[in-house]
Amino acid sequence: MSTLNQNLPMHKLLYRVFMHDIRVALRRQSDVVAVFFFFIIATSLFPLGTGVDQKLLMAMAPSVLWVMALLSCMLSLPRMFSNDYANGALEQIVLSNQPTILLILMKIFAHWVLSGLPLVLIAPVIGLQFNLNTDALIVLAESLMIGTLALSLIGSIGAALTLGLRGAGILIAILVLPLYIPVLVFGAGAVGAIAIGMSSNGAFSLLGAVLAIALVVAPVATTFAIKIALE
Amino acid sequence: MQINWLKYASPKTFYPLAGKLIPWFSVGAVLLIAYGLYLGLFIAPTDFQQGEGYRIIFVHVPAAWFSMFLYLLMAAYAAIGLILNAKLSHMMAKAIAPTGAMFTLAALVTGSFWGKPMWGAWWVWDARLTSELILLFLYIGYFSLQSAIDDRNRADKASAVLAIVGAVNVPIIYFSVKWWNTLHQGASVSLTKAPAMAAVMLQGMLIMALGFWCYSIAVILMRVRCEISEREHMRILIEQ
Repeated sequence: MSTLNQNLPMHKLLYRVFMHDIRVALRRQSDVVAVFFFFIIATSLFPLGTGVDQKLLMAMAPSVLWVMALLSCMLSLPRMFSNDYANGALEQIVLSNQPTILLILMKIFAHWVLSGLPLVLIAPVIGLQFNLNTDALIVLAESLMIGTLALSLIGSIGAALTLGLRGAGILIAILVLPLYIPVLVFGAGAVGAIAIGMSSNGAFSLLGAVLAIALVVAPVATTFAIKIALE
Repeated sequence: MQINWLKYASPKTFYPLAGKLIPWFSVGAVLLIAYGLYLGLFIAPTDFQQGEGYRIIFVHVPAAWFSMFLYLLMAAYAAIGLILNAKLSHMMAKAIAPTGAMFTLAALVTGSFWGKPMWGAWWVWDARLTSELILLFLYIGYFSLQSAIDDRNRADKASAVLAIVGAVNVPIIYFSVKWWNTLHQGASVSLTKAPAMAAVMLQGMLIMALGFWCYSIAVILMRVRCEISEREHMRILIEQ
């Protein structure tokens, strides 16, 4: 991987690792697009299952949108490190004399841009289908903005632990979904609170706290797990 | 006298020690659980609010304690295994997991047996019940990862990382579920407002807990012995 030229200044190196992942994903767009459409299709199934009772849909919307966002993020987790693991680039990242944690963090961040950010942009449109009001739509986008980043961070641990395993996809689901619960509770809680006219500040603060903890713990655990996988 | 604390950190010396300890803890478990059940089922007075149905707590509460305690113990052994690179620690962590999951399941099942007559429902989305359920999911994740990795060294270390991350998450999950619960349910069933407990009830519960403790130790040691003989049986055979 040419991006790991050791003489580059730090910020350029990090930028290159980040752009490398974005470029690879843009050249193989089907992966990114498929997760995006999964989110749209899966959320559209709920009204078909429950009927078109507007009140019911509105009450369900925060949890439906958030659970589906959770699953969409999870679906894209296996590809976070798997290509680089297969072609040896991950080994180069670990062996380079640069701080591994920061390089891994860049990869997690790239994953978020590719899988979390599209959901943030499309979710308000889906929210309209569920009859959410403008305030709730804004809070939905904001909470997804913070929450999906936390999801990418927490999920990276699962992705790293299951590197190169058979049936990694379903295994990641079992490992990561229980750890996603706080994000779901606070994210859907923020939207649910605003939808019934309450303040969502508390939920936002807690969502931010979860993100802060994930930002500290996840890269360390992920880097460690990658080293274990490469042993 | 210099005591060599690390003597039993080697699977080879721990194997016979575990073998000697198992009968003691097994007997202790049988006696304590029998006495605890006797206290709970026959001696303890009938609760004036809940009638006879409350007696399930003599199994339920200690099981719930041990489901959480064993998870933390498992994570602690996993951490020691990672930090000191001690094989026996990883084996202990692996051996603790099934017992912990069993107690979690027992707590959930007995809890729903208690809930049906008391709350009129087998399942209530109460903060404690929900976090107990999530604890079961964490145990399941640990098993799944252990069995998915063929290379033993990697399986040990990877599942150790998962156990530690899970342990960090347990309090966060608990509080998130609690917060979610208050938001969604308002004044729902509260377990914290339990009536003051008669001394004999507490005594029965503590004795049951001690019995469960002995049981856990006995079973975990048995499982560790199996694990040791599976991994190192060639070496043990040669050296004996």
